[in-house]
Amino acid sequence: MMTTVKDRCPGCDGNEQDERYDELDKVIAEYKGKPGALIPVLHAAQKIFKYLPEEVQDYVARGLEMSPSEVYGVTTFYSFFSTTPQGEYKIGVCMGTACYVKGAGKLIEEIEKELGISVGETTPDEKFTLVQTRCIGACGLAPVLTVNDDVHGRLTPDEIPGILAKYRD
Amino acid sequence: MEFQRAHILICGGTGCNSSGCKEIEEEFKIELQEHDMEEEIKLIQTGCFGFCEIGPIVVVYPEGAFYCQLEADDVSRIVEEHLLKGRIVKDLLFTEPTTKEQVAEYKEIGFYKHQERIALRNCGNINPEDVEEYIAADGYQALGRVITELKPQEVIDIIKDSQVRGRGGGGFPSGLKWQFTADADSEQKYIICNADEGDPGAFMDRSILEGDPHSVLEAMAIAGYAVGADQGYIYVRAEYPIAVERLRIAIEQAQEYGLLGENIFGSDFDFDIELRLGAGAFVCGEETALITSIEGNRGEPRPRPPYPASKGLWEEPTLINNVETYANIPLIILKGADWFKSLGTENSKGTKVFALAGDINNTGLVEVQMGTTLRKVIYDIGGGIPEGKEFKAAQTGGPSGGCLPIEYLDTQIDYDNLMDAGSMMGSGGLIIMDEDTCMVDIARFYLDFTKEESCGKCVPCREGTTRMLEILERITEGEGQPGDIELLETLSDMIKEMSLCGLGQTAPNPVLSTIEHFRSEYEAHINNQECPAGTCTALVKYEVIEDLCKGCGLCKQACPVDAINGEKKETHLIDQETCIKCGACVDKCPFNAID
Repeated sequence: MMTTVKDRCPGCDGNEQDERYDELDKVIAEYKGKPGALIPVLHAAQKIFKYLPEEVQDYVARGLEMSPSEVYGVTTFYSFFSTTPQGEYKIGVCMGTACYVKGAGKLIEEIEKELGISVGETTPDEKFTLVQTRCIGACGLAPVLTVNDDVHGRLTPDEIPGILAKYRD
Repeated sequence: MEFQRAHILICGGTGCNSSGCKEIEEEFKIELQEHDMEEEIKLIQTGCFGFCEIGPIVVVYPEGAFYCQLEADDVSRIVEEHLLKGRIVKDLLFTEPTTKEQVAEYKEIGFYKHQERIALRNCGNINPEDVEEYIAADGYQALGRVITELKPQEVIDIIKDSQVRGRGGGGFPSGLKWQFTADADSEQKYIICNADEGDPGAFMDRSILEGDPHSVLEAMAIAGYAVGADQGYIYVRAEYPIAVERLRIAIEQAQEYGLLGENIFGSDFDFDIELRLGAGAFVCGEETALITSIEGNRGEPRPRPPYPASKGLWEEPTLINNVETYANIPLIILKGADWFKSLGTENSKGTKVFALAGDINNTGLVEVQMGTTLRKVIYDIGGGIPEGKEFKAAQTGGPSGGCLPIEYLDTQIDYDNLMDAGSMMGSGGLIIMDEDTCMVDIARFYLDFTKEESCGKCVPCREGTTRMLEILERITEGEGQPGDIELLETLSDMIKEMSLCGLGQTAPNPVLSTIEHFRSEYEAHINNQECPAGTCTALVKYEVIEDLCKGCGLCKQACPVDAINGEKKETHLIDQETCIKCGACVDKCPFNAID
């Protein structure tokens, strides 16, 4: 007696949500029964839903026939997985050693001031999420920040407003 | 066969991507088309050249002209002057920071001249998305030789004889690992490539995966043949999208060419490789944690023994090596163990790639023979410290390593010497720090990292790093107490002794090595509430230097809390009670009269 979870996703409406769960079904079908399936499925689920709310974790647990607590345990262990909604643009300020030595802390202060949010938070309009990242390996360009897949390097705090403006509209 | 009179190599690594190499490539395409030169000149996107700071980088052969920091407008000049008229565009060449001279040829640049590129041999030279380019550079020749001419034990003997040690941190002899896995009795065995490069400041594995992914695939297949495994996994960080994409392409192409899959080179040897993406947990770089993560669980380490060689992935014997180690393997097979042993020092053979970064003129990836001195790396290759500042310390080994002061500049870098100096090789991060870096703050930075990344399984690591961080924070905020140094030392010993995995066992190293080499800085923070480097804001005290102050009043205007008083043309004064140490006055003062 499987209850479907498709109609239990808060904040999303009718058709769009069905399609997303359909997509997730395909991923689950591909990995089900294979050893070590959970993490690849969570990667895919996060790509589809942008984050991993409890409903999605629950759905994955049923799909892979695991306990929800096991899925929750794995989801919260890895920093790459997020259980809260993310902004359209994720700003990741690299806090690797090279960037730290070159003043990444000042970049964060400036972004916090510009956006009025702290590290780990999302702006009310869900446009930006600010996070600190581990070394992204672009040490030659320190200090570095990423906005989704774009990398901005050799930055000074006064360049921050200009960068944010590019993504605002 | 097509023949081209010139090759344009454009770096497509992560560094150059962010400085705009895509745009440069597009511009070249347009320009070449306009001048009708598409047939005679070949445009190739390569992997990382290792000199990320001056990207985007373009090298034009046959001359080997090294153009850097290009902008889209520069492309037409290269096409019209260099490619059409044969005149190198001098002002776009690299300028040596020490001599201020422009260097025409790639190989003559100080940064490259002193390097010995083995693991990085193909990075920047071939198109990583084309298996044929790898094959043309002798790729898959070693695999072919191994399968058709050598018995598995003969392969292991070559690796053992070469004395190559693991490049991922521990420095364990790789050949022994291969032997142990081969000796384990089981029908099913696995090969794993550890590409979970997590040390902040190290990016050699990323560059190898981006620039030469087939070298890793080839080495894994060789390892599979040697130990009797038919399945390999590459555990790569999800934070490295370009590396992941190029690995995908490489695996597909290798399968298409019959270099992976069933009956490789017509033999009865089968071997295939799957990618597994990490999900942002530093501890997964530890081999048992990595294995637990591939199995789909929280990446927590487990006790060793049993070692992965006897019980690894899904309880089966597993050989796990790091990316850079694998990248060396094909050449060791092709050129022989004696050749490899001729490089390096007595107990550390071959070369090591370092990620040189921090307060240094030339940042980037540097591959040198084991035993090269820090001085050579920093001054000859790295071009010295910027702005004429003094060298203070070199940090090696990331959060597991330590800081080496000036006395170690002439020490030969190898596994053992770094251990003796209280640091370690680690994966090869080499962060240079100048006189303005506070060593207590650096120790705090690393502890903050390990505290966050501790998986929480062992109490000494989880609680110990938290307590150590609290003490270090207290010290950097000017509230250190007598006895704090000794307390840090005691905690360090306990954490080292009682943690299960490498993360906890090495977490105190940054603190211990800075206490050993820079004890006076800790004492200044604790006893005098002073930060000698002027980094710890809580301890900074801004004062006006009377002789230099002209009384212009700019500082007074800049101060957000009105802490500066003084009449025009008279020496100003900073009220220490009100001052919030923002430093705005220092930035504004035209006479450098505030210190």
